[in-house]
Amino acid sequence: MADSKHTAGQTRRTILGGAALLGTAAGAGLLPGLGRYAQAQTSAPIKIGFQVHRTGIGAAYGRWYDRTTKAAAKLINDNGGINGRPVEIIAEDDGTDPKRGAEVIEKFATKHECDVAFGTLFSHVVIGSAPRAGELKLPYFVVSEGHHVASGMLNRYTLQPGITDVKSQVQSMAPWVADNLGKKVTMVYPDFAFGHDHRDYFSEAIERQGGNVIAKIAIPPRETSFFKYLPKIPKDTEVLYHVMVGPGVLTFVKELGEYFGDNRPEIFGFIDSLEAVDIASPGLEFLEGSHFWEGYPRYAGENQSEHDKFYRAAVGVDDNGASLSDSKDISTYAHMFGCWETLHILKAGMEAADYKGPKDRQALIEAIENMDVFPESQAHPQGSKLFNGRTHQAFGHQHISKVEGGKLVPVHKTSIFDTYYEDEVDYTKMSF
Amino acid sequence: MIRTIVLHAAVIAGLFLLEPVLSDYHHGNLARIMVLATYAVGYNMLFGYTGLLSLGHAMFFAAGMYGCAMLIRLAEWSVGPAFLAGVLCALVAGIIVGTLALRTIGVGFMIVTLMFAEAAYLVILYYNEFTRGDEGFTIPQAVRSIAGIDLSDTTNRYFAALLLFAIALIACAAIVQARTGRVLVAIRENEDRVRMLGFDPFRYKLFALVISATMAGAAGAAYAVLFGYAGATFASVQYSIFPLLWVLLGGPGTTLGPLLGTVLMFYLVDYASGTIMPGLAALVETQFGIEAPGLASAYLLLVGVTLVLLVLFAPKGLLGTVRARMIPWLP
Amino acid sequence: MDLIALLPFDLPHPALLAAGMLEGTVLAAVLALTALGLSIVFGIMRVVNVAHGEFYMLGAVLAWFVTHTVSGTVGGPPWLGFAIALIVAPLIVAAMAALTDWLVLKRLDYDPEATIVATIGVLYIIQQLALTFYGPDARPVEAPFDFRVQLPWFGYSGYKLVVVGAAIALMLVVWLVLTRTKIGLVMRATQYDRETAQAFGIPVDKVYAGVFALGAALAAIGAVLIVPIQQAHYLMGGDPLLLSFIVVILGGLGSLKGTLVAAIFIGLSDGIISTLYEPTLAKILATLLVAMVLVFRPQGLFGARAA
Repeated sequence: MADSKHTAGQTRRTILGGAALLGTAAGAGLLPGLGRYAQAQTSAPIKIGFQVHRTGIGAAYGRWYDRTTKAAAKLINDNGGINGRPVEIIAEDDGTDPKRGAEVIEKFATKHECDVAFGTLFSHVVIGSAPRAGELKLPYFVVSEGHHVASGMLNRYTLQPGITDVKSQVQSMAPWVADNLGKKVTMVYPDFAFGHDHRDYFSEAIERQGGNVIAKIAIPPRETSFFKYLPKIPKDTEVLYHVMVGPGVLTFVKELGEYFGDNRPEIFGFIDSLEAVDIASPGLEFLEGSHFWEGYPRYAGENQSEHDKFYRAAVGVDDNGASLSDSKDISTYAHMFGCWETLHILKAGMEAADYKGPKDRQALIEAIENMDVFPESQAHPQGSKLFNGRTHQAFGHQHISKVEGGKLVPVHKTSIFDTYYEDEVDYTKMSF
Repeated sequence: MIRTIVLHAAVIAGLFLLEPVLSDYHHGNLARIMVLATYAVGYNMLFGYTGLLSLGHAMFFAAGMYGCAMLIRLAEWSVGPAFLAGVLCALVAGIIVGTLALRTIGVGFMIVTLMFAEAAYLVILYYNEFTRGDEGFTIPQAVRSIAGIDLSDTTNRYFAALLLFAIALIACAAIVQARTGRVLVAIRENEDRVRMLGFDPFRYKLFALVISATMAGAAGAAYAVLFGYAGATFASVQYSIFPLLWVLLGGPGTTLGPLLGTVLMFYLVDYASGTIMPGLAALVETQFGIEAPGLASAYLLLVGVTLVLLVLFAPKGLLGTVRARMIPWLP
Repeated sequence: MDLIALLPFDLPHPALLAAGMLEGTVLAAVLALTALGLSIVFGIMRVVNVAHGEFYMLGAVLAWFVTHTVSGTVGGPPWLGFAIALIVAPLIVAAMAALTDWLVLKRLDYDPEATIVATIGVLYIIQQLALTFYGPDARPVEAPFDFRVQLPWFGYSGYKLVVVGAAIALMLVVWLVLTRTKIGLVMRATQYDRETAQAFGIPVDKVYAGVFALGAALAAIGAVLIVPIQQAHYLMGGDPLLLSFIVVILGGLGSLKGTLVAAIFIGLSDGIISTLYEPTLAKILATLLVAMVLVFRPQGLFGARAA
């Protein structure tokens, strides 16, 4: 069944190619039946396999990735789809698990016959899935913010054009932290690869600013109480840098508050700690006056752009970053825009490559590798970005916000060049 | 005896003959299922035949996976020797853990194996400099070949998985047909009586555990080589519970139960999460006008209900029930 | 010769040691609270209830619903919502447990292996229902009252100390019920010999349903008390389940005293070891220590012989 369809497709393309050489009119006249078939084929949807954390530890992110993706697909379809064809999102749960992630990729390629795969946040799922995407020659667009793509660990079929990676996020924070908060830093992070990325890249970056990390406290997984580690924070710490994930983060902040009382160092954190969490939650009062990295400011401030306004409304997020239908349902605003932007890049790439079907997957990847600038627009509401086709990674502005009155208020926006680093790989030299 | 041989040969031949017939989708699934079923066959040796419920088998799976994958990654070993080294790691881990954990019985054994596995999982995270922790690492496609055979090729992968599974299945069938196997079952039924008959139960249990760990390790090493990834998730407690579920579903103490259970659980999860539950959610939405995004992801509900129904109506697993009601000679 | 220099770790700073001891004590209390119900169910019914952690999670999630409704919708003070949760959550959870017993466990005649499988199924069902109706977020529950205790080196949560007190009180109540009341006598008789108890006219079925419900209710009470220092999350049941089992087995089957001593042992060893080594290494060592105690004392600290 699948085979016969394949052959028909190939024949059609060969014949149409020949027909184009002879002249379209003559071709259509000679082969009326095939002409009709081609017409029917071109209006078939472009299938995008969407790998999503619906269950498991990533479910809070997955729900918002899902909503953002649906909104972006609707917008693209309302504006005429891609190459005149509608987009169909085929979502499958990866269970936040690398084995299931790889299975889902296989399912997209062989069962759903998707044109491309896209989605997912947690790095271990991406790294577990990417080898299969490469072997199946299925373009795989990840929205993970991991450094795995640009580090060269993956393959030519895996790209991260819609979100910046942790290395560039972390290193671009160091100048501001050193100038405004202090130079002696203690880091608290989960004993996961994600935490180690923070540890390594921030340590390097702060040393370039003349500062240093005086203590590194790695928290074991699934820890539900953090207090016993807090006395390991040296007394002369000027800045406490925290990045935690998982359900225990509120406890962490509360215990920090109990530990330090009013006499605390400066605190700088990554919003990953509090994505999908209300900053005004009981217990988080202690964060008042502290600073956060934000990929994309959660609260619509005075300087809100028209693109942000449009994007917020389309996804269904209010000015405080919560769902329009439930003010207690907080979005993962600093990350989920990556789904929106990735789908728009996919559209641009498919249009540039004149994408017709799986045969054009290489052309699609080459088209995207050739892109270099994504200007701020409806398609890129977070802001303009540079794309490095060699490393398959996007670079963009990062934001620092201060907690004031239980809200996050942007205080600094980095330049894109603060986030740049030397290439570690050149995927364009790898074969397909 | 003859019909046992014929049955197993037929199953292996059947899997062989399916290769060219299967659609790409089922072909890929079955390759993975055979690797996981090898893990389940190993688990069944200990749980189904010997009556020891381990909650820590993920450490053996991970010992094989990391033993193999780290040698490829850090020491640039080729796949063949690295695979054997991975299997050896699992075997040694089995001897050490078995010697200690088999001092306990029943729930104590469950807890001790669980804690050793937890320690192993944390060790992988602690030495993240070499293991890349929870994130894990890929094994490049270019090095994943053995004797010139590209193991990332779909067909080769299928036959490699089949070879692995066939060896495990034949080994299992041979052991349980032999006197050793009968002693293991006797230990499961009544350990004191076995001791009175002059056998040393500890030696037999250790044997079962080491064989079980070795098979789990072979599956782990094969997963790394065939699917190109090693990560700490495979050492987590969830991956100790999976083979338990597969074996329970297929039938503990039957040679073919682990395969059947792995196949059924795979497709149950696959269809429930991809088709049944999203379909149900869409139905609720159109019929009652209620948006039910939670329902679309509720496939674990089906897994839970299946387990409860299974234990109520087929407590010996599917093949165990078949053996009890229809085919008493089923191995 | 400097003997201190030979130690395989640096001597911890007093502040670190104080924090380790305090946190160890709180962990012991948390463990005792979560393990108490399991200890009774396991001790009396010999049922390994794998869904115990999910009953605990349900207690926490219900506490969120109740406090959220009372403070959010009605505008009551935090302590009122908490007090109501402390009554309502255990009752609902107990009812669910009794239903599980009646629908499933009783039909299996409490066969040890079959109940493990069945309760794994129940685990998935409860977890998935929580994800569907409560969602994937971790949500905080405000403590009924909170005060900060200033120590020489740092401040500490007053509520955590209250949890320690509550754990002691609850264990005392359960111990009194088991040893000084008729209900306790009936339970112990059933534990000692099920057939004989039946012959003496004890309604074993009802006792079992009651014990199972009581175990779940205790898990829920523990969860309501603990949730203000953690958060309600649909995956939160996993660790308490494992830790409770470790505590119960280490303590020795059916020994309340053993459960208490094991909780203190695990809590303090975790707290103290964490001050000596890097956090993850400390976890590895603490885990292996407890495993080794079980290896060399398989019957547990206070048990005659483990099941």
